[in-house]
Amino acid sequence: MLTFQCPYCGVQACETELAAGGEAHLKRFGPGSSDDDFEGYLFLRPNVKGVHFERWRHAMGCGKWFLAARCTATLEVFGTYPAQTTEPPADIIAAIKARRPDWSLT
Amino acid sequence: MRRYSAFAIAREAMRHHLGWERAWKSPVPKARYDVIIVGAGGHGLATAYYLGKNFGIRNVAVIEKGWLGGGNTGRNTTIIRSNYLQDPSAAIYEKARSLYETLSQDLNYNIMFSPRGVMMLAQTEHEIRGYQRTAHANALQGVTTEFISRQKVKELCPIINIDGPRYPVLGALWQPRGGTARHDAVAWGYARACSDMGMDIIQQTEVTGVRREGGRVVGVDTTKGHIACDKLGIVVAGHSGVMAERAGFRLPIESVALQALVSEPIKPVMDVVVMANTVHGYMSQSDKGEMVIGGGADNYNNYTQRGSFQHVEETVRALIETFPIISRLKMLRWWGGIVDMTGDRSPIISKTPVEGVFVNCGWGTGGFKAIPGSGWAMAELMAKGHAPLADAFSLDRFREGRFIDESVAAGVAH
Ligand SMILES: Cc1cc2nc3c(=O)[nH]c(=O)nc-3n(C[C@H](O)[C@H](O)[C@H](O)COP(=O)(O)OP(=O)(O)OC[C@H]3O[C@@H](n4cnc5c(N)ncnc54)[C@H](O)[C@@H]3O)c2cc1C
Ligand SMILES: [Zn+2]
Repeated sequence: MLTFQCPYCGVQACETELAAGGEAHLKRFGPGSSDDDFEGYLFLRPNVKGVHFERWRHAMGCGKWFLAARCTATLEVFGTYPAQTTEPPADIIAAIKARRPDWSLT
Repeated sequence: MRRYSAFAIAREAMRHHLGWERAWKSPVPKARYDVIIVGAGGHGLATAYYLGKNFGIRNVAVIEKGWLGGGNTGRNTTIIRSNYLQDPSAAIYEKARSLYETLSQDLNYNIMFSPRGVMMLAQTEHEIRGYQRTAHANALQGVTTEFISRQKVKELCPIINIDGPRYPVLGALWQPRGGTARHDAVAWGYARACSDMGMDIIQQTEVTGVRREGGRVVGVDTTKGHIACDKLGIVVAGHSGVMAERAGFRLPIESVALQALVSEPIKPVMDVVVMANTVHGYMSQSDKGEMVIGGGADNYNNYTQRGSFQHVEETVRALIETFPIISRLKMLRWWGGIVDMTGDRSPIISKTPVEGVFVNCGWGTGGFKAIPGSGWAMAELMAKGHAPLADAFSLDRFREGRFIDESVAAGVAH
């Protein structure tokens, strides 16, 4: 069973307490952007097999959105961090690299 | 190929069954094929089969990283139905269902199609209206379905508790010619027929890259070396995103785990398929007597082919309310498959940004029922550049906002 530590309230929450919210750090494109960008933002996902940055909501707890780095091939969780950021923080990157030396943020 | 028949069984019985041939060959790959299909699941194999049968294209290889039929085709709960709401869906799923009716004869392989009837329970007022609407749409589409009363539900399936407690059964959408088939046999039957046409089924070989020249495909890299081709069909279900990346584009697909379980075998207790979408579970009884049970998909990206405990609990809880008789059954096996979900819950059968590369994916939680129709349409698309059954399912529908919204019809996993 998947568990994440909520970075706000510190609770080690299991997946039944959480709601998955899909890929994190999407760059948003709105009115005025090109069709390609808009389509990419709305629908196209890398759907990676491996290190995935994603959004979760502590739905049955504090109710807040947070972000997590997790491997979709093994379900290993590398860490969680608050949602008020546009890119993964250095300590999360380091935690991933410690476990996946060949991995790099693209 | 030696045909299977009652006579063949008698003949082999007389000589200690020494005369059976291998059902398909295991050749070494050639240097070049007209068409390469990646993925020997039902959809990939059916595509190859109809390329040969309907269009005479036989210089074809189907490349599979594991064993044929070992993906979702061998992991599903085998429900076959075509009672969808939107016209393009009804057309392709009904084509598939009608091909299933005679597939055993067509392939000379018993796929055990059992049109025992599929019932989708209405347990809320909202569902009653939804299913009545579907029944009307099906009437216009030429798909035989009917909205039936709760008394009829009880008659058709006496073990259902129609009185609740939480969600009493109020009626059902009934498709009398829906049912089940033997999933492995569908893959095996197509594989045998493809091999018989001279196609190569290459197992234990992963496609690791797509070679392109000037925006068009010229071949693939595999764990057994480079193989050239004119056209490439990517039919890899849960791994569509991974393969698309190797071909240089992205897809509107996310991969999640869907799971199922079967009980110990018991005497026959139900001879229809029952789906309860409000409480999220469905059940049928296999010919061996096992109760075949499925429920919802996990909602986070996942490639592990493993399920999660809480979904099993949810599903079983729902089904025990609906079928109190199963409350003491022991479960025998439990497994997961990685399903390819699109935003509108409809599949993709399409050209791609790379010329000569076609994709067939996005069948998500419900593509077993579609295998013959999907292969039929995909073969036509690959042979001719367009196909009436496939056109509505092209990739550009997302960009153009032409969704085929079946998220209600396919709301539960089946
Ligand atoms: C638990 C469960 C229950 C289901 N129940 C039903 C149901 O009741 N009714 C229904 O209609 N549908 C059901 N489905 C859905 C159905 O199983 C799928 O939609 C369907 O089987 C997809 O077939 P496919 O041929 O596209 O994929 P698959 O059978 O998964 O085949 C894809 C193949 O591609 C191979 N592959 C992947 N990457 C590569 C590569 N790089 N190189 C070479 N080969 C590769 C894989 O090994 C795999 O064998 C269910 C699915 C699951 C998981
Ligand atoms: Zn919290």
